[in-house]
Amino acid sequence: MAARRATATEGPHAGPGPTADAAEVARFADLAASWWDPRGPLRPLHRLNPVRLRYVRDRLAGHFGREAEGPAPLAGLSLLDVGCGGGLIAEPLCRLGARVTGIDAAAATVAVAALHARQAGLAIAYRALAPEDLAAEVAAGSGAPFDAVVSLEVIEHVAEPDAFLAALGRLVRPGGALVLATLNRTLKSLLLAKIGAEYVLRWLPVGTHDWRRFVTPSELGEGLARHGLRLREVSGVVYSPMTDSWRLAGDADVNYMAYAVREAAPGG
Amino acid sequence: MPAAPRPSASAAPALAAEVAIVGAGLAGATLALALARAGLAVALIDRAPPARQTLPGFDGRASAVSLGSKRLLAALGVWPRLAGGAQPIAEIRVSDGRPEGVAGWGGVSPLFLHYDHRELGEEPLGFMVENRHLRHALLAEVAASERILRLAPAEVAGVARGPAAARVALADGRELGAALVVGAEGRDSFVRRSAAIPVTTWSYPQAAIVCTVVHERPHRGIAHERFLPAGPFAILPLSGNRASIVWTERADLAEGFLGLSQPEFEAELVRRFGDFLGPVRALEGRWLYPLSFLLAARSVEPRLALVGDAAHGMHPVAGQGINIGWRDVAALAEVLVEARGLGRDLGDLGVLADYERWRRFDVLLMLAATDGINRLFSNDLGPLRLARDLGLGAVNAVGPLRRLFMRQAMGVAGDLPRLLRGEPIGP
Repeated sequence: MAARRATATEGPHAGPGPTADAAEVARFADLAASWWDPRGPLRPLHRLNPVRLRYVRDRLAGHFGREAEGPAPLAGLSLLDVGCGGGLIAEPLCRLGARVTGIDAAAATVAVAALHARQAGLAIAYRALAPEDLAAEVAAGSGAPFDAVVSLEVIEHVAEPDAFLAALGRLVRPGGALVLATLNRTLKSLLLAKIGAEYVLRWLPVGTHDWRRFVTPSELGEGLARHGLRLREVSGVVYSPMTDSWRLAGDADVNYMAYAVREAAPGG
Repeated sequence: MPAAPRPSASAAPALAAEVAIVGAGLAGATLALALARAGLAVALIDRAPPARQTLPGFDGRASAVSLGSKRLLAALGVWPRLAGGAQPIAEIRVSDGRPEGVAGWGGVSPLFLHYDHRELGEEPLGFMVENRHLRHALLAEVAASERILRLAPAEVAGVARGPAAARVALADGRELGAALVVGAEGRDSFVRRSAAIPVTTWSYPQAAIVCTVVHERPHRGIAHERFLPAGPFAILPLSGNRASIVWTERADLAEGFLGLSQPEFEAELVRRFGDFLGPVRALEGRWLYPLSFLLAARSVEPRLALVGDAAHGMHPVAGQGINIGWRDVAALAEVLVEARGLGRDLGDLGVLADYERWRRFDVLLMLAATDGINRLFSNDLGPLRLARDLGLGAVNAVGPLRRLFMRQAMGVAGDLPRLLRGEPIGP
């Protein structure tokens, strides 16, 4: 990646300067290690990551007329990762050429992400911020909306999904794209994603998810439409126990990903 | 353990690559080419200068390049450099026997296993290629690749693996930064030891004498493997009326055979070889290889992967060592190229674990098979002789079983990486 990796420059939104590094390392070393350990507490997310990355890459490459398998398929695109966590999605998308901004409500997590990106030499602008606040900044003329917004496994955790989608709608530029990943609200997802993953397999801490907040694809489509976004595609994501890996499939009963576009500005 | 490396904490290393491969032998050089062809920036480090690796005395062996391995070399553009000197293997004949003149009777058991390529199609079972030709072809392609940074001769003094990158410290003071360090330096892998990965290993009480012979009559592409009491004796057809000999002998006696005068050595050779190809003459150059078994407990760690003999060393009875190494190479290359296409960190254990998972079964199967076959055959116990002769006869009699063994030996069975099917990887 050396050739494609930009030198870490401190953008206006990048975390604390290099002087804070030592203290930061001490404070967040454990947290960072757990975010980035593929065998650690976030193992399920690490296993899920390749299929999510492939979906994001392929849909965005398709949307912007790029060759998905080519070098740096997202080169030059401005991209916002909402609920970026430790940067598991933001860093790969940066390596694929995108100019990435990552926001997360948890300040400690954002510090972890910023530290890891700096160590990896990746120029990613991280901020501890809610999408509503960033949307307000954009509306006030401070910063432009993004070519694309991704928000994976976030909407099922937010208190007001409609306000969340409204903010995303304002953060995608007209003609831009949105990629979401979430959990469907079905009997199957109650059994597998809630009871199975939290109580039986112990993949996730009990209480990670509230099944009642899961969003069905049709609810998602209606919510997106209210805020100027058109749902283009829904794809199921299913687990294969034999290979301990995830793949895209027609079955969207539990995990699914969605691709939507923001209509071009009305009246030109 | 070597002294811990002391890479500087902050300054960027002067040299950089995405993948640093330590060891420019058959596995390491092939991996470098596979990755470079897919667009990766690679550093290939070896302690020996490239010119020395291709000297006639450096490696006297010949390799049975399986059909899958040949497809890999073809997909990487190496095969055209080898095709002229490669001897197709049309048949493999396996038999049980004793040297002539031992205990009153000798010769070859009438029960034997017979693999004939015509049973599976037009393609040969594999190709015999001299290792110096392989090394020459691979290193020539490596030298022609702009994406491969060659560091040779260069000694690795330390490997430090951090959360975001690895650093390789060279003995001459230079430093190389990379997302991933691959150990491809063979059984005594420095990279493996740097990570303190435990190994299961033992020495066989055998050594392999390797030489090349010329014989009068054509071999018609038939490879012979005879299970003599001291160990397998292989006659492997080379281009022309030549054959590569792998003569497994008791370790305490092998040194003595190696030191014999030319006529004495040839006499011992003929006792085992027989006269079915007419008079036999040994060419200059005899090599002795101690034989051992080795299995690393893990073939990956964060920012570290092992391929080939660095991860597993096996008895040469089936001639599979390098083919297994190339299967590692093809699988690792495919995993890395796919991960890079998704923007993933190539040193991430989640990426590398996919490589380990893909290879584990095949490697264990081949290690167990080669160890078991050698133990079963390298003796002269009456009941065992009878049982194994019946076993060979039984495998030979059952067509599907024989064809499965053949496909396994040809390297075209199982869940194959794309390169082994002759397909390119990467953008």
